[in-house]
Amino acid sequence: MLGQERIHQISQPILARSTADQTEVVIRTFDRHLTRFANSSIHQNVAESDTEVRIRVVLFETAAGARVGTATTNDLSEEALFRTLENALTLARLQPPNPDFKSLPGPQPIPEANAFRSTTAGCTPERRAREVGIVCRLAGEAGVIASGAFTTAASELAVANSLGIFAYHPSTFAEINTVVMSDTSAGYASALALDVNDLDVESLGREAVEKCRRSQNPRSLDPGEYCVILEPYAVEDVVQMMAYTGFSALTVQEGRSFMVGRLGQQIVDPRVSIWDDGLDPTGLPTPFDFEGVPKQRVDLIEKGVARGVVYDSYRAGREEGKRSTGHAISAPFIFSPFPQNTFFAPGDATLEEMIQSTTRGLYVTRFHYTRVVEPRQVVITGMTRDGTFLIENGEIAYPVKNLRFTQSYLEALNHVAAIGRQPRLLLSDSDGLLSCSVPALKLEQFTFTGVTEF
Amino acid sequence: MRTLTDRALNLAQVQGATYADIRVIQRFTQHIVVKNGIVESLSTDESQGFGVRVVVDGAWGFASSALVTPAEVDRITALAVQIARASALVKRRDVRLGLPMSHVGTYRTPVQIDPWNVSMEEKIDLLLKADEGLRATPGVKVATSELAFWREHKIFANSEGAFLEQEIIESGGGIEALAVDPERGEVQKRSYPNSFRRDQRTEGWEAILAMDLPGHAPRIGEEAVALLSADPCPSGVTTLILGATQLALQIHESCGHPIELDRVFGTEASYAGTSFLTPDKYGTFRYGSEIVNLTADATIPGGLGTFGWDDEGVPAQRIPIVRNGIFCGYLSSRETVEQLREIVGDAAPPFSGGAMRADGWNRIPLVRMTNVNLEPGEWEFDDLIADTDDGIYMELNRSWSIDDKRLNFQFGTEIAYEIKHGKMGRMLKNATYTGITPQFWASCDAICNRNHWRVWGTPNCGKGQPSQIAHTGHGAAPARFRNVRVGVMQQR
Repeated sequence: MLGQERIHQISQPILARSTADQTEVVIRTFDRHLTRFANSSIHQNVAESDTEVRIRVVLFETAAGARVGTATTNDLSEEALFRTLENALTLARLQPPNPDFKSLPGPQPIPEANAFRSTTAGCTPERRAREVGIVCRLAGEAGVIASGAFTTAASELAVANSLGIFAYHPSTFAEINTVVMSDTSAGYASALALDVNDLDVESLGREAVEKCRRSQNPRSLDPGEYCVILEPYAVEDVVQMMAYTGFSALTVQEGRSFMVGRLGQQIVDPRVSIWDDGLDPTGLPTPFDFEGVPKQRVDLIEKGVARGVVYDSYRAGREEGKRSTGHAISAPFIFSPFPQNTFFAPGDATLEEMIQSTTRGLYVTRFHYTRVVEPRQVVITGMTRDGTFLIENGEIAYPVKNLRFTQSYLEALNHVAAIGRQPRLLLSDSDGLLSCSVPALKLEQFTFTGVTEF
Repeated sequence: MRTLTDRALNLAQVQGATYADIRVIQRFTQHIVVKNGIVESLSTDESQGFGVRVVVDGAWGFASSALVTPAEVDRITALAVQIARASALVKRRDVRLGLPMSHVGTYRTPVQIDPWNVSMEEKIDLLLKADEGLRATPGVKVATSELAFWREHKIFANSEGAFLEQEIIESGGGIEALAVDPERGEVQKRSYPNSFRRDQRTEGWEAILAMDLPGHAPRIGEEAVALLSADPCPSGVTTLILGATQLALQIHESCGHPIELDRVFGTEASYAGTSFLTPDKYGTFRYGSEIVNLTADATIPGGLGTFGWDDEGVPAQRIPIVRNGIFCGYLSSRETVEQLREIVGDAAPPFSGGAMRADGWNRIPLVRMTNVNLEPGEWEFDDLIADTDDGIYMELNRSWSIDDKRLNFQFGTEIAYEIKHGKMGRMLKNATYTGITPQFWASCDAICNRNHWRVWGTPNCGKGQPSQIAHTGHGAAPARFRNVRVGVMQQR
C-alpha cells in the first residue's frame, strides 16, 4: 500500500512533464495473499506485492481526431516513470487519428465508499492457515478431503488526469472457496466479504462437507429438458455471461448484444431485475472507474424490461448525448466498459419451498467451464459440478452424475418459477474487480444435452 | 544479479529452508489492435520483479515483490519462510523434490528478425492493410486485426547450485471479421490464422510475415458474411474431420490438461478440477486408436511452449504421452514425479519432465503444457477427403467446454463443410460436436502427414489461483474421427 500522498507524488510529476494535450495516470497497487489447499493440506501459499502505473496520453494535433498511446510499468523510479511517459507519447505520435475518441473525462464529485478493512489487510499467513485448518478438520471428521483457496487482499486504485481528476480508493476483500471430495462425490461452498472477520469459515466448511456427503454414489440420468433449481453459485454464471455477451455499450455498438434494438422491450420474466451499482455497501463498493468517473447505478434489466447498458467515455463518445456511466475497466480497454458490481433482485422463496414445489427437476450447485455457443441468444454450454441432484415429488431423490447443458440463458430467464429470498455475494474474478450479488433461481425449463461419467 | 540471488538463497537457508529458489524477471509486451480502420489500442507494458520459493518444515512458501533491491530481497525471503512455516501447520506429507537440479547456462529464443527492431509504423501499416481487406466485403460489421509481441528475460537460481538465464521472445498476430444480420439477430465470425485473436510462436517478426494477414483478409471477410446465409450444421452421428487448428484445441483440452500431474494428484481440484488419467491407468490405459501418438515436446523450434529450462531449472524435454494409443506419460514437476514414483515405482521417469512454468515473477510455477502434439500420420489431406463418403469437416474453434475430469467435451467451430462422396460440399454454420475423451480418440482412423502438420500457439491457457495464463503449443494435422455426435445446438 502506497497511500494517497505517495500516489499523488508519483502521478503529479508525470502530468506536469507530459507534453500531450491530455494525460492520464492510473495507479493500482496490490498486496495479495493466497493460501491454497488440496488433499486437506496446504500446498501453495503465496504473497504478492506490486504496483502498476499506466499512462495514457492524447494528442489532438489534427482535426481528423485524437492520437492515443498507452504504456505501463511497475518500476516506480522517476527515470522509469518518465521513460514510460515517453513511450506512451511515442506510441501516440505513430497512430493514425481516431475520430471516435473525444476526450478524457473531466472531474466530477466522487462519492464516498468505504471498502477498506484493516483486519483484512493485516491478516497473517498463520490466521489463514488456522481457518483453512477448520475446513480440513471438518472434512477429515467426515472421512473426505478438502481443497480450496483463501485469499486476503488489499489494493489501491488512483486516477489522475490533466483535466483535474484525482481520485483515490483503497479497498480490501477476503474470499474463501472449497471443494470437498469423496471417491464418488463433491461439494462446494464459497464466501466473500470486505472484512475477513465476516467470513464464517466453519459454516462454509459444513456446507461443502454436507453437500459432498449427500452427493455420494450418483446415478446416471438421461439428458433432456428439466425444471432446475440453481444455487446462487450457478446463477452467478448466468449474470456474468449476460454481462459478457450483452450488458456493455461495446457489445451493443458491435451488434453482438442481445440488447440490440430491444431497449424498452420485455426480454425476460417480469420478476427479473438486474442492475449494476458500484456504491452499494453490500457489494464490493468502488466509487469510480478506471478513468476516474464516478460510478452510476445502471438498471440493466428492470422487471424483465431491457433498460440500459454500461458506458465508458470512449463508447459514450460514439453515441450522441451519451455520457460515461463510470464503467471503464483497465486500459487498453479491449473489453471495456463492463459492469463490475452486479445485483440480481431477490425474490421471496426459500430453497426448501422451491424443492417442495417441484414434481420432477434437477438441483444444481454450480456450473463449470461455461462458454458462449451463440451470443445473440446467450446460448451457453457447460457442465454441472460439485453436487447435482434429482428432485422428485417435492424432495431431493438422489444425486446424479454431472450433466452438460446447452441452453439460452435469455430463454431460461423467460421461464422463472421462483426467485430465492437470500442473495449471496460472490467473487467473479481473482483481482476483486468483479462481484455479483445473486439469489437462487427456479427455472421451469433448462436443456441438458449430455452426461459425463461421474 | 548473482549477488541478489545468492543473498536470497543464503538468507532462506539460514532461516531454515531446506530448499530455495529465486526467479528475477523482466517482461516487456507490445500490443496493437486495429478495429474498423482505427488503431483502438496501442500499448506497451513493462513488468519486473522477483519471487522467492522455499521449503521449510517440509512445506512450501512463496513471496514476491516488484521492488528489486537488497532490502526488499531480505524482506520477501523472510516472508516466504514465514509463509512456509504457516503452511506446515496444515500438512499431511513433507515436500520431496528428488534429484537435485544444478544446471548452469543460457538460452535465447532464436529469431531471424527481432520484433522490437521492426518499426511501429510498419506494424500498424500491416494491420491497416489487413483491416481494409477484412472490410472489403459488405456486411462485415467489425473487423479486428491484432499483433502482440513479448520478451521475457528470466534468471533462475536455486540452493542446489543452478543458475540459468533465459530470454524468451514471442510474436503473435491474427485477424477477425464479425458479420451481423440485423434482421435475424444473427452473428457469425471468421478468424485467421487462429481464433480468439491470434496465433503466437517463439519466433520473431518472420512469424508475422509468414502469416500474410493482408493476403488472407478478403477471404476471411467473405466467409464471415457467407456464413450468415449458410445452412446450419445438421444434428446426428457422423464422420468428422477436424482441421489442424481445431484439433490443436482438442489436444489442449482433452489430452494436455488431463496429463498435468498436479491435476491428477488433486492440487487443482478446487478450481480447474482433476483428471480421469489416474496413475492406475499409467502405461496400460487405451487412450486412443493404434494410430494415435501424442508427445509433449518443449524443444520444437518456434513452438509456443519451447524454452531452455522450466521454472524449476529442469531442461526442456520431449516426452511420449500416448504411444500407439496407450497412455504412457505425464507432464510433471520435481515434486509430482516423486509422488508418482511412490505409486508406480521405477515405471515413473527418473526426474521431472520439465513442465513447471510460472506466469511471471509474482506467480509460483505450476505444471503446465509445453508443446503437446498429435504426431503426424500418413494421409494427404485431399486423399482423406476423397476417402470419406459422408461426413463433416470442421475448422477453427468458436467455443469450447469440458468437464472437470476432462471427459465430456463439447466444441463449436467457426466454419464447417459437408463432405459427400469424397468431396467438400456446402458451407455449414453453428457447427458443434461432443463426445467422451477416450471414446473420441479411439474413433480416430486417419491423420494427415507432416506436410499438413504444424505447431499452433495457444497464448491464453488459464489455470491456478491466483490465475495464471500460460503460453502453450500444439502440433497437429487434420484427422478423421468416426461416429461423432454433431449439431448439438440443433438438437435443443
